[in-house]
Amino acid sequence: MSKNNDEYLIIRNNNKYEVIIGLEVHAQVLSESKLFSTSSTKFGSEPNTQVSLVDAAFPGMLPVINEHCIKQAVKTGIGLKATINKRSIFDRKNYFYADLPQGYQISQYKNPIVGEGSVVLDMPNGEKNIGIERLHLEQDAGKSIHDIDPQNTLVDLNRSGVALMEIVSKPDLRSLDEVNAYIKKLRSIMRYLGTCDGNMQEGSLRADVNVSVRKKGDKKLGTRCEIKNVNSIKFMQMAIDFEANRQVDVIEEGGSIDQETRLFDTKKNETRSMRSKEDAHDYRYFPDPDLLPLELNDNYIDQIKKDIPELPDEKKKRFIEKFKLSPYEANILVSDIEISKYFEEVSKNSDVKLATNWITGELFALLNEKNIEITESPISSKNLSKLINLIKDGTISGKIAKSVFEIMRDGDKDPISIVEEKGLKQQSDPKELENLINKVITENPKNVEAYKSGKDKLFGFFVGQVMKNSNGKANPKLVNEILKKKLS
Amino acid sequence: MSNITDLKLVELVDKIKKKELSSAEVTIAFIERSKKSKKLNTFISENYDNAIKKAKIFDQKPDFKKKLPGIPIAVKDLFCTKNIRTTAGSKILENFVPTYESTVTQNILDEGGIIIGKLNCDEFAMGSSNETSYFGNVQNPVSENLVPGGSSGGSSSALAAKLTPATIGTDTGGSIRQPASFTGTVGLKPTYGSCSRYGIVAFASSLDQAGPMTHDVKDCSLMLEIMSNYDTKDSTSVEFKRENYLNNLNENIKGKKIGIPKEYRVEGMPKEIDELWEKGIKIIKENGGEIIEISLPNTNYALPTYYIVAPAEASSNLARYDGVKYGFRSKGENLIDMYEKTRSEGFGDEVKRRIMIGTYVLSSGYYDAYYLKAQKVRRLIKNDFDEAYKKVDAILTPSTPSSAFKIGEKLNDPVSMYLNDIFTVPINLAGLPAISIPAGHDKKGYPLGLQVIGKAFDEQSILNIALALEKNISFKNNITDWWIK
Repeated sequence: MSKNNDEYLIIRNNNKYEVIIGLEVHAQVLSESKLFSTSSTKFGSEPNTQVSLVDAAFPGMLPVINEHCIKQAVKTGIGLKATINKRSIFDRKNYFYADLPQGYQISQYKNPIVGEGSVVLDMPNGEKNIGIERLHLEQDAGKSIHDIDPQNTLVDLNRSGVALMEIVSKPDLRSLDEVNAYIKKLRSIMRYLGTCDGNMQEGSLRADVNVSVRKKGDKKLGTRCEIKNVNSIKFMQMAIDFEANRQVDVIEEGGSIDQETRLFDTKKNETRSMRSKEDAHDYRYFPDPDLLPLELNDNYIDQIKKDIPELPDEKKKRFIEKFKLSPYEANILVSDIEISKYFEEVSKNSDVKLATNWITGELFALLNEKNIEITESPISSKNLSKLINLIKDGTISGKIAKSVFEIMRDGDKDPISIVEEKGLKQQSDPKELENLINKVITENPKNVEAYKSGKDKLFGFFVGQVMKNSNGKANPKLVNEILKKKLS
Repeated sequence: MSNITDLKLVELVDKIKKKELSSAEVTIAFIERSKKSKKLNTFISENYDNAIKKAKIFDQKPDFKKKLPGIPIAVKDLFCTKNIRTTAGSKILENFVPTYESTVTQNILDEGGIIIGKLNCDEFAMGSSNETSYFGNVQNPVSENLVPGGSSGGSSSALAAKLTPATIGTDTGGSIRQPASFTGTVGLKPTYGSCSRYGIVAFASSLDQAGPMTHDVKDCSLMLEIMSNYDTKDSTSVEFKRENYLNNLNENIKGKKIGIPKEYRVEGMPKEIDELWEKGIKIIKENGGEIIEISLPNTNYALPTYYIVAPAEASSNLARYDGVKYGFRSKGENLIDMYEKTRSEGFGDEVKRRIMIGTYVLSSGYYDAYYLKAQKVRRLIKNDFDEAYKKVDAILTPSTPSSAFKIGEKLNDPVSMYLNDIFTVPINLAGLPAISIPAGHDKKGYPLGLQVIGKAFDEQSILNIALALEKNISFKNNITDWWIK
């Protein structure tokens, strides 16, 4: 099996198989209240404390659309460069389950609010467009809990009725890396727009994964299997890898793939059949008679368009043009809206190049180590900016800056006062530096001789000695210059 | 002075406002009569003690600005009423007590009305004779062992028997107008979107509409005025200018153009109904109205369309009664087993029949041929009315193709039962307002009704036309109190 970035192929008996992937991402709409009721959507509350009569489907209760959720869906549609459908219809998807109080889910079937669009992925070998088939709004179900009571299943309806956007991609994804990039890009766009917090741990972003395989070169798509409800990128990749290999094995053994719904078992790292096409639910979709068709006018859509912030693709373009960043650097800095904000704050008052290096280097390492988001960074953008300015104006060297950074990370201290308190100011007085250099030269006559006879590499030795004697405070640039003169 | 219970709603309101009667006197009078009328089986739940308490409280500090000042009223058991059991005539909700109030009953309470009880109805409003109720048959006060119509059969019976001065029903395919016709009372189905559906146990959401049932057109106007409002809790509620229906009530129909649809002359219809219709036409003409023959060519398809659309919606609306959250639950081996037992035992035969029809017509492979086709025909039926209303202001038809029938007579013949609704169903499909008023008797002495159908949101016109008819017909209901020993 080869897994390089160009091609994700499964090879068996000299047959090369291509893997075709499509994702149905369920993104929870960022909204204070639910799609058709006024109950709160806050995560982590006591079970069944955020349930209205509508959410619990009491007799005679009726859904009333939450306009904010419509706006969020339209915003997301615009972010996905998609068609906004001015007329969409809410349908009922009928099935019985204990955590589905109405006995149907209100969703959009034939007429979704958002139509075709696309997302650009930045892959190492260039950009790739992934088609979006549609985006529709629907209600989430409640949660069945099977492991608290040995005899009974318990139901928590806090999530019942929470608004989800189902974003369906075209079967354009071809590798695990693309899946990773696609999810991250979607998440990034929605976080820029403020339409989904993208928090996978809290279940705000989950996906159903469609996988099929075909011999490389074939034009026709193979029969696909759908893997339901996978809640992390890692699990998506594991599930796809298992499922694609399983399908190849079946085909290689002369069998054929049955269209079915499968479940990914994260503990055993395998997918298992949930139900075949024959036992597929007949959801008996029909337009919900409690809700009128949703009609949006141009003015409404235009108003929303005006409020769309600069999105990652545009921001990247601007960073490259304005700050002369490399596409790679720009990508990293725009990938998350909070990172881009931090970067823009730092670079507003200090050197862009240094800002880029310090954020993607030291700061990211720190965040990784502490496993925190940039919004929780112990070093504020203001103080990082000051630190960078100290380097830029020669007050401290890059090396000293690293030790100042180490101090700053414990409580966001002002780097200027750290430098003063600890006396870390760089020695840039040429006379003092000359004294230091003279001392090193006198103490190492053999090395001086060797250097002068052509051992150029020894230059580093002298610099090192000078820096050592100055406790690292000597201005390395000046030391270099003076040393060169003295040794010539 | 005559009996309190013989007074009409507007008269009672007047007498209470003039302090000739107290709310307690009126409330107690209707409750006393109700207590003597158990044989009719009109009440599923009684709220007598609480109602008398409320009447006495009203009398201590009466607010005469209210439109129903301390007036007792019994309502169909399809309206959710806070702290009063609401069953929808079904075992599955036998012990269900809502913590909330439907918008329509809230409107009645806000105007000073006092709820004395919940009235029997066909299970989930599915039926035309009140025989599908889990709580048993209802007697028509007109004659023993006669059905009161349905699904608002408890309402029509209680009203005709004077157990309540007015009542409210719901009408999905004729459930207000047919029982009104069978009991010699007035029943109005408003335009879809006029009365809020919030808190009404749903049967078929795109057809359900609450409406008043009263002794005469005046009372009906007052009740409609109270019931109808724009309600943001119902997304299908319509914001339009609601008239002061009672104040604007006017019997002058000079120049009004009234359509007579030829498709409503069905074969095998009793002679009396034809005569009654002619009588209505004559009255219109004599009062300066103009009679115009019209055609509603798709009328024949209304009943089959209705029996696809209504069960389809019902099959989904009733999915929530699964034993999980509230209502009746049967023990089961597992979830599926519990569902099956709960719903098999909790629903009656007619409800199950309609759930099965509805599930079938929505199934993949049948959806296009049934549900989708029915929606298209529904549109054609609506277009028929739109065309007709280019020429006329309202339409006059009989309310039902026959008078009330005996209990048990049609119970095992659902198609014959469904045929009862042929004159009322098209109006629900088109979302229009229609009123049934008593117009005469058949040779058995059973009441018969005429139906006036209006333009959307033009309830005032049909009330006015109904008033003109009512004044000239001078209908008398011959009810003998046979059930009171």
